[in-house]
Amino acid sequence: MKIELNGEAREGVATITEAVAAVTDARRGIAVALNGEVVPRSEWDRPLADGDAVEVLTATQGG
Amino acid sequence: MSLPPLVEPASELSVDEVRRYSRHLIIPDVAMDGQKRLKNAKVLCVGAGGLGSPALMYLAAAGVGTIGIAEFDTVDESNLQRQIIHGQSDVGRPKAESAADSIREINPYVDVVIHNTVLDNDNVFEIFEQYDLIVDGTDNFATRYMVNDAAVLLGKPYVWGSIYRFDGQASVFWADQGPCYRCLYPEPPPPGMVPSCAEGGVLGVLCASIGSIQVTEAIKLLTGVGDPLVGSLMVYDALEMTYRKIKVRKDPNCAVCGPNATVKELIDYEDFCGSVTDEAAEAVIGSTITARELETWIKEGRDIDLIDVREPAEYEIVRIPGSRLIPKGEIVSGAALADLPTERQAVFYCKAGVRSAEALAAAKAAGLKNAVHVQGGVLGWINQVDPSLPTY
Repeated sequence: MKIELNGEAREGVATITEAVAAVTDARRGIAVALNGEVVPRSEWDRPLADGDAVEVLTATQGG
Repeated sequence: MSLPPLVEPASELSVDEVRRYSRHLIIPDVAMDGQKRLKNAKVLCVGAGGLGSPALMYLAAAGVGTIGIAEFDTVDESNLQRQIIHGQSDVGRPKAESAADSIREINPYVDVVIHNTVLDNDNVFEIFEQYDLIVDGTDNFATRYMVNDAAVLLGKPYVWGSIYRFDGQASVFWADQGPCYRCLYPEPPPPGMVPSCAEGGVLGVLCASIGSIQVTEAIKLLTGVGDPLVGSLMVYDALEMTYRKIKVRKDPNCAVCGPNATVKELIDYEDFCGSVTDEAAEAVIGSTITARELETWIKEGRDIDLIDVREPAEYEIVRIPGSRLIPKGEIVSGAALADLPTERQAVFYCKAGVRSAEALAAAKAAGLKNAVHVQGGVLGWINQVDPSLPTY
């Protein structure tokens, strides 16, 4: 199964939790968008499908 | 999703106001009705810094009738690269006063309200209640979560924006109509993971890109035109020059706006966001020296290994003489543990003392029992030992 993770093709990633782990060690202060829609943390175990685009966003504090 | 206007129209515009706002008045979607709503609107901008500067200036120029400025800081030279509401002659003045003067110069028909105070749990409700809409231009997670929670608890909409280096994000959070900040980011990142603009830098003009989105959204909400960013996160990448919209839903488990909310009043936001990790807070006890003590150690010829844990770009700007660079990330990840001294006493420093505390915790965990860090970092050194060096 191939997905797109932060704009790059990726294999062997089955859930959002695994996708996050592939990008960062952090579990807090990040949001994940699946196909352009943010997925609440409680649904991160949702299985990914072939062709899914996952984007891991980091909170920034600057102003 | 279009929404009804947030504000009722003022009874009339004066002849001078009609002349001033003519370019708005001839836009059919704004017209006289929309401009009268702006005149009647009360908008609070939290922070008169990077985002607050363009936001306040455009809110004023647009004719928002009452503009509040919540800001406690004073203007510093390092602000002027991006905080365009302040000028050279404002250095040292309270930002709220400097910003108020600029607003009055841009548009004398604006009623400016100065809140020259630290926004905190004791005053945030009282201040927010006076306004229809809040624009969040603060620079730290603790205040951002407090602004969110206070807005949710009061049922107020607010326009949120944040910036870092070349990246910006913006949204409208309004729990009555859509998600709040905690629906997007339920918790702040762990302390030290996400640098502030003071630590990591920010492209000055990025403030205008995001601040102007915030004002655009404010005007849309106040006048009821277009589709505001309720339920949408705008993500801007200046290097790629892309704007992308990401949908955000209300999180059914949201701690403050969900059906089973656990946050029903304001909490301790410093504790929630943590300025340093627990490990770092413990590591510094009995292992902290002042910049003056470091100076004495150096003069005495004490056998120390002075390690700067900032980023290379910061090291290039200013450093304590005799130091070498190992960025904090490499120490904390373990990648640079082999570079740490085995015999000599390690002395860590960073810009202000937070990152060095985390490096110290990692070093102690790796067995460097006598390691210490310098309180106040290189800024403390400049302040106490060598004021001729540049600050940043």
